This record gives sequence, structure tokens and C-alpha cells, in this order.
Amino acid sequence: MLARILKSPPVWISLIVVAVASTLPLYVSGYVLGLLTIAYYFGVFSMAWDLLFGFANEVNFGPTFLIGLGAYTAGILDSLYQPPIILCIAAGVAASVTGGVVLALPALRVRGPYFGLTTLVAVLMLQNFVVVAAELTGGEIGLTVPDVISINDRTNYWIALGFMTVSGAILYGLSRSPVGLILQASGQDAVQAAALGFNVTKHKLAAFIVSAFFSGLAGALMVFYLGAASVGTFIDVTVGVQVIVGAVLGGRRTILGAAIGAVFLIAMGEALRPLGDLSTFIVSAIALFVVLVFPGGLLGMLKGAREAT
Amino acid sequence: MLFWQILIDGFAISALYALGATGFTLIFGVTGVLNLSHGAIMVAAAVAAWAAAGNWGLGPYLGAMFGVGVGVLLSLATYFLIVQRLQRSRAIREEEKEIFILTATLLWGIMIQEAIAYLFTNNAKTVLPIVEGVVTIAGVRTPANEIFTACVCWLAIGALWLFVNRTRAGKAVLAASMNPKGVTLLGIELSAVYVAVWAVYGALAGIAGVLLGMFLGVSSYSAGPLTASAFSIVVLGGLGSVSGSLIAAYIVGYLETLTAYLISPAYRAIPALLLLVAVMYVRPRGLLGRR
Repeated sequence: MLARILKSPPVWISLIVVAVASTLPLYVSGYVLGLLTIAYYFGVFSMAWDLLFGFANEVNFGPTFLIGLGAYTAGILDSLYQPPIILCIAAGVAASVTGGVVLALPALRVRGPYFGLTTLVAVLMLQNFVVVAAELTGGEIGLTVPDVISINDRTNYWIALGFMTVSGAILYGLSRSPVGLILQASGQDAVQAAALGFNVTKHKLAAFIVSAFFSGLAGALMVFYLGAASVGTFIDVTVGVQVIVGAVLGGRRTILGAAIGAVFLIAMGEALRPLGDLSTFIVSAIALFVVLVFPGGLLGMLKGAREAT
Repeated sequence: MLFWQILIDGFAISALYALGATGFTLIFGVTGVLNLSHGAIMVAAAVAAWAAAGNWGLGPYLGAMFGVGVGVLLSLATYFLIVQRLQRSRAIREEEKEIFILTATLLWGIMIQEAIAYLFTNNAKTVLPIVEGVVTIAGVRTPANEIFTACVCWLAIGALWLFVNRTRAGKAVLAASMNPKGVTLLGIELSAVYVAVWAVYGALAGIAGVLLGMFLGVSSYSAGPLTASAFSIVVLGGLGSVSGSLIAAYIVGYLETLTAYLISPAYRAIPALLLLVAVMYVRPRGLLGRR
């Protein structure tokens, strides 16, 4: 099983890419490292989202609900009592998983667009709550967290890269495992999957919990990298859009593609920054072009090119 | 006094919400598309009207018409450039088309929004009103523009009702929403019906946008919240049900006005969201939803 996974091209290519990426701190500037650190966290957000969409076929419009819960719980706990950082992160993950279950239980009962809607409403609720409970959360100005994991660019970079690699490996392994196949079957034809004796709801709920776990963990880690939390960086619908676009851009149902798409999106946004206000326009236009012309995403494009030759 | 004020203000705001949501629900009911560039199209129409009426000196009437025209053009562009391509694509599986249309219209909306911000800055803009002055109703000094807004909204909704129920083309639209295959068998070109619906939708969104621009003012930042509020009203009323949307628009409009006047304007969005969550838990198909 392990030997077979190691032989498949996407896996060893990713291993080479990660190996190269881990040497980057030796010769690129701190600015690039900081950018990539954020991009790696977004990579995890997108991969966690792809597990729900690509495999369970559930469109979660509220990735930032899970991310924001993890980030804000960890941040608030730290700013109030300053326990060890690891405790804050654990609390953030717990909050995110709990939030995921609360959201998933009623949401999985409803179908199609209604599921997406419920998750979108959850984001709006959380956003309003953060703004209203300003004494606790810092409101629209944002929350300053007293502790950070490290002030060293390189350490932070390696933590993010390592975290993305481990999460990617777990999520990818999960998607290729029997559980992943059952999930995919439930997503494509729930009735038939149930007729084959699989508990569809249980598997989808499990997918939701795994997705919430990684979203919350990534959110909490990112808070302790940035040293601050704000609605604009963690909860706003535009952040969720970025996560979703990253996954669709990279190639849905591939997990690894989601990470590539998210990193690409953030790098593009930064590279085009000199264009000022037009940069978002161009990034959206490129993403729209890929979605319209290559619906398989960047990975699908590569696959198509290989099959054509 | 306060009672009348809430009653009048709430009525005008709700009428505006109703008009915005009607177009949104029409598109969903007939073509099955949730158009997430809705807010951006409304803002584009309003900003076009603002630029035409003020900057280019066309005056309020021509400006408003220009704004509505821009709404129709953008709506048709959304259909031809994005929705139609995705619906006909063979590379995407049927059950995934929904998410692709959602993602693509969302990106399209962001593009429109950013283009507006780039060309006209993202400052708030108030469109030159067609009617000016103040009238006093039941002791409340109300801007005449507010009453004008409510009237135009209801005229447009009424015209839509007449179109759907009393004209041949409208009946084809209604039939297409019930059974697309049956309509094709009767010899009606389905794609022509869709183009007509998108044009009507563009006009409704355009009118709503221009009125909003005259009444409250818009900026490119309003695009997202506008889509979200149309979305929640439509969900509350039941996806695809026009009368449900109208009722929901009034519930949301009055809830927001009541909260803004009696508690604080900062909390105005919250009661409606709570209501929406409650409805999703208890009756996910909405107040008058069919499914």
C-alpha cells in the first residue's frame, strides 16, 4: 500500500517540490518567506475544503466559519489568560471541530444549494458576532495576540511548510484510502452508496470533522504566526472565496491541486501588486478563465497535456 | 410619530429589497442559476447612472435609463460569457455544474466590482434623484424620493407579474420553469426563453440598483452585502417562489428598520440573520418553497 502510494507521480513530485521548498530560506528574502508562510496556511485551508467538496460533494461556502472559530478561540484564550500556546491551539481546534459538527448535523439533512446557504449564513453570523462582541474579540479593529510561536522568519516558514506537508499527506492518504472511496461514492450517488450498506451520513460527518480539524488547526497556527486576528484575514466571505477559488483553480478532487492553487493564487496576487487596484481584477480574470476553459484546474491541465501527447 | 416613521421607511426599503430579490429568484426559478454577481450588477447600474447623470451631464432621466441599460448588458454578458458556456460544457459533470456556476459568477462579480473601483474609485456615490423635495405624511417629513422609490419598485414588480401571467412570451417563461423539456416539445426555443429571462432580470437588477443609488447611495463595497441580502431574502421566502420573496423582503426590511430605530443601527443585520438560521433549521425550503 505504502509502496504503491510512493510510486505514483504526484506523490514523488510533491516530495521533490517540498524538499526544494524547504531549502528556500537559505537564499530568498524574509519578505518572500513571509508571503509563502501565509500561502502555505491557505494551502491547508483549500485542501481541507477540497476533502468536503471533491470527495463528499458537499459545497461548503463557509470554510472561514471553521477557520475563524479556530483562529479566534485560540487568539482570545491567549489574550485573556496566556496559557501555553499549545493549549490555545488545542482549544482552537476543539472549537472548530465542535462548530463543524453543529453546522454539519442540520446542514447534512438539507440538499444542494441549501447546504451551501446554511454554511454561508454561518459565516455571516460569526462575522456579526465578532463585530458585536468587540470587548472580547477586538471587533472590527482586530484582536492582538500577546504571544507568537517564533519571531524568526525561517522558523515560521519551516513550521508552515512542515504543517502543510503533513496535512497534505494525511488528507491525500485519506482520500486514497477505502474511507475516501466510500466518501466519493456517497458524494456521487448517496442512494446507491447507502444501498451498498455504507452509512452515508456518518462518513460525511467524519469528512466534515476532518475538514474542520485541519481548518481550525491552520487558523490557530496562523494567528500565532501573525500575532493578530481580524475579520478581514480570517472570517470575511472574500477569504472564503479565495480558499474555494484556490481549490477549484488547482483542480478539484485532487487534494494536492488545492494546495498548488492556493499558493499560486496568493503568489499571483502579490506579484501583481504593483498594478495596484487592478491586481484583484486580473487574478479573478485568470481564475475565471481557468474555471471556464480548463474546468479540471491546473492539475487537470497537466493531466490533459500528458494524455494528449 | 416613530411608529409612522418606521412604517414609511420600512415600506420603502422593503420595496427596494423586494425588487432586487425578485430578479434573483426569477433567474433561479426559470434557469436554476444562483447568480452571485447580482450585487455587482446592481452597483454597476447605479454607478453608470451616477456617471451619466452627473459627470456626463445627461440629467437624471437619461442617466437612470443608461444605468438600467448597463444592467441589462451586464446580465446578458453574464449569461453568454459564463453561464451558457458552463451549462453546455462536457468536461464538467452535471452535478458539479452548480458549484462551477456559483464560483464563476462570484469571480465575475468580483471583476465587475474591481473594475468599478478602478474606474470610478470606491467612494460612495449618490445618483442624482429624479424627484426632489420633501412631503409630510401623517406628521412624518419624508423625502419624495423615498415614495418615488417604493412606487417604481411596485410598478416594476407589477409589470413583471403582467408579463409572466398575461403575455405569450411570459407564459413560455413560466412553462420553462415548470418543465423545460415539455416546452421544447411544444416548439419553443428554450435558449430564446433563457435570453429573454436574463434580459428581464438585468432590467430588474438595473432598476433596483439605480433606485438604491438614489435612495441610499452605493459604493463598490456594497456588491457583496447586496448579493448576500438578496440571497437571504430569497432563501427565507423559498428558492424560486416570487411571492415568497416579496413576503420575505417585507419581513427582512421591517425587521432591519425596527432594529435600526429601536436598538441601534449597528445591529440592523442581526435579527434577520437569526430568523434565517431559524427558518433553515425548522423549514429548510423557506416560507413558500416548493421543494
